[in-house]
Amino acid sequence: MEIRGHVWKFGDDVDTDVIIPARYLNTSDPKELAAHCMEDADPGFAQKVKKGDIIVAGKNFGCGSSREHAPLAIKGAGVSCVIAASFARIFYRNAVNIGLPILECPEAAAELESGDEVEVDLAKGMIKNLSKSKTYHAAPFPAFMQEIIKAGGLINYVQERMKNRA
Amino acid sequence: MGMTITEKILAAHAGKKQVRPGELVNCRLDVVLANDITAPVAIREFTRLGLDRVFDPERVVLVPDHFTPNKDIKSAEQCKVVREFARKLGISNYFEVGRMGIEHCLLPEQGLVVPGDLVIGADSHTCTYGALGAFATGVGSTDVAAGMALGECWFKVPESIKFVYHGKPGRWVTGKDLILYTIGDIGVDGALYKAMEFTGEAIAELSMDSRFTICNMAIEAGAKNGIIAPDEKTKAYVEERAKRPYQLLASDPDAAYIEVREYDASEIDLQVAFPHLPENTRPVREAGGIEIDQVVIGSCTNGRMEDLRIAAQILEGKKVHPRVRLIVIPGTQEIYLNALREGLLEIFVEAGAAVSTPTCGPCLGGHMGVLAEGERALATTNRNFVGRMGHPESEVYLAGPAVAAASAVTGYITHPEEVVK
Ligand code: SF4
Repeated sequence: MEIRGHVWKFGDDVDTDVIIPARYLNTSDPKELAAHCMEDADPGFAQKVKKGDIIVAGKNFGCGSSREHAPLAIKGAGVSCVIAASFARIFYRNAVNIGLPILECPEAAAELESGDEVEVDLAKGMIKNLSKSKTYHAAPFPAFMQEIIKAGGLINYVQERMKNRA
Repeated sequence: MGMTITEKILAAHAGKKQVRPGELVNCRLDVVLANDITAPVAIREFTRLGLDRVFDPERVVLVPDHFTPNKDIKSAEQCKVVREFARKLGISNYFEVGRMGIEHCLLPEQGLVVPGDLVIGADSHTCTYGALGAFATGVGSTDVAAGMALGECWFKVPESIKFVYHGKPGRWVTGKDLILYTIGDIGVDGALYKAMEFTGEAIAELSMDSRFTICNMAIEAGAKNGIIAPDEKTKAYVEERAKRPYQLLASDPDAAYIEVREYDASEIDLQVAFPHLPENTRPVREAGGIEIDQVVIGSCTNGRMEDLRIAAQILEGKKVHPRVRLIVIPGTQEIYLNALREGLLEIFVEAGAAVSTPTCGPCLGGHMGVLAEGERALATTNRNFVGRMGHPESEVYLAGPAVAAASAVTGYITHPEEVVK
């Protein structure tokens, strides 16, 4: 899976209300959600972001509510990957479960800048800044999570397990 | 080496004698919860599995509380999805308008969660039930879909931080002040991925209502769960409600913590969190008389009897400031009825407050008190993020019920001493 795009940089503690404000949670349609993605931090984001682009942020990205609408909105907006210094726990789980690639890498989070062109190798946890020819290393997903991703998300993974049970 | 209460519950549900922090375990679930925002997504995912039954219809709980009574057509459609799913799959713990409450007030009250349980909920404040000595944590809708199917969920065993509160809390001080103070101390990611275990003389002094408030806000420090070992008060609370047998657990004396933080509760005065993070806390005495447009008393943090009683004690015989809109929202129908019988609702209405049926409503900027541009609210809720209660240019200050009620009377952020002698 090739991930390549330009960086959109955000700060620390980007919360789920910023990613997708609760006033839009009367729907769970990823397209409708995507139209309001990051609206309270950068009102034009959803219109400006290009397919494949990458969100880079500081610590505790996705803190706040458990709404899966947050990673859904990001994925729906065409974002290919989120790189942050750290993620809030529930957001991390949700992203894996819906198949939004994320990487925890404080170094890359600190040094990457808006507009940088970046290439990501998920299996190796490698982040390449093509604009500045610099490479960063994040811890790759633990094995069981790779399995979930390989299955195409948690639901497919459960489906396989149910089959084995029956 | 011994285990913490969190480790014990995870071990018991993973069928193991012992677990260690960092270990990945697959656990049996006692309760799986979702609400009107998260359940539709969970149901959509569950439907993809092509199943016609959940793992146990008694242990799936569905509570439409966020946008109910339905605020618009879209939310009505979402609730309809949940209602029909509950009917079709025979899920009896579905709580309809008129019989419902805010989920985290409702589940303990109805005895649906008991000490020793392992609970997941597609709502971040599921951690509230830690006050019963249960392991409860918020997850996403897809986790809930898988949980409804299998009755299982994977967890990484968290490291535990112990918070010890010595001394007795002062007058007007409740669980809200202790937890706001603590979040102010460690920050909104101060307990990221970790278990927060609350203990000490001050915790023993607190009511169950205040303990729910404390565990409720563990997520506001990034924690996986908050937990308080059950004592006599817990037992008394649970005994008359529990629908199932329960297990009272405690951490071993030689359990391992990655950190122990100690506070003197008698030194902690009433707190208020400034916009736009719950960690921006200050003593109310240093809040500097900030003027407010709206006060909200309610939510899964502070919509229980203790909160309403404190508010009524301050509001009795007084009037809400002419510039202020005071909205009071009892957490459940039972709380609503008790407040009615005790005459609290009369006090609120006499004072000039709007009293609402149980709902999350303004807490998440949903309905029943959304803020306009430039408006400022003081709320007993748990989050003051940008745009949380409405317009992105509005502001939310967080405090407990005493400060909220006193501020409603004066029109600015006020210590209750100023209002009640
Ligand atoms: S009251 Fe507020 S924090 Fe609690 S469940 Fe409802 S929206 Fe969430």
